[in-house]
Amino acid sequence: MSETEKKRVPFKWVAVVIAVVALLLAGVVSYYASAHPDGLEYVAGRTGFLDSASEHGTADGPLADYGTKGVDNERLSGGLAGVIGTVVVLLLAGGLAMVVRRRSSSSTDEA
Amino acid sequence: MHVPDGFLDAPTSIATGAVAVVAVGVALRGARRELDDKTAPLAGLVAAFVFATQMLNFPVGAGTSGHLMGGALAAVLVGPWTGVLCVSVVLIVQSLLFADGGITALGTNILLMAVTTVVVGWVVSRVLLKVLPKRVGLVAPAAAIGAFVSVPAAALVFTALYAVGGTADISLTTLATAMLGWHTLIGLGEGVITFLAVGAILSVRPDLVYAARGVITERDLVIKPKESVA
Repeated sequence: MSETEKKRVPFKWVAVVIAVVALLLAGVVSYYASAHPDGLEYVAGRTGFLDSASEHGTADGPLADYGTKGVDNERLSGGLAGVIGTVVVLLLAGGLAMVVRRRSSSSTDEA
Repeated sequence: MHVPDGFLDAPTSIATGAVAVVAVGVALRGARRELDDKTAPLAGLVAAFVFATQMLNFPVGAGTSGHLMGGALAAVLVGPWTGVLCVSVVLIVQSLLFADGGITALGTNILLMAVTTVVVGWVVSRVLLKVLPKRVGLVAPAAAIGAFVSVPAAALVFTALYAVGGTADISLTTLATAMLGWHTLIGLGEGVITFLAVGAILSVRPDLVYAARGVITERDLVIKPKESVA
């Protein structure tokens, strides 16, 4: 890539902004998301096969349905679940990508 | 579009599970070519962004909502193989931690939302960028169109799976029409979000956008003294 561009925004900043935006969306904005059934659920209800859905195996989990068990405040419960999920996905996907990537320098080999 | 347990019968779920395992395995190999020291952390961030955005159901009318699937977005930002991995991680976390999407339906959901939307989103935007003039400004619109098409495509794949292994006796024509109709509307939202997200990163660091690499490189090679790199 050409380095002739005047000022390139450092990667670190881009990373921080994406992370902050994701955390805000999951932690704060998600409270205002539509509570209506999504396309598939709606169609299933209308077409008459929604009943065939069975109870989810982890329906009693501590974060089931994007709520944090034991946190009564709805806003906090959902926001916390969103933040935890975002961090977990970041670590898992980022970690997986770090393991899969080709290494430019001779760093530690795990895979 | 998270499919719960019970919508599809066991043989179909096992089959989609097998397809998903193979797809993720192939993606793990392919992603190696896309990921380096810089794009690997970006892949984690893109997956986190997709997870967060999937929580934001937007209304599409008549008591229905939709949310981003993110396959096209991830493919354009970090490459198609890595895109499959990113959305798969999101779906696995959603199913196991948040009870969103059945555990026996995990293969189905990966097939629909990680594989179908990535493949369709990537191929459509790729073809558009091949046909259109090589301009960085066209990457976000191409991604948006790919994203838009990917959602009804996933709805069609679900309908096909239901035709094979649906557990309820319903009219497939009704199902296909309803799925396609609603998911075309949801696809508009997918397109808008993808356009904004890809456009935002393009405006600060076009070199970080996987789908823009070919465009930028080809422009760099053109010898036009008067015109500097955009």
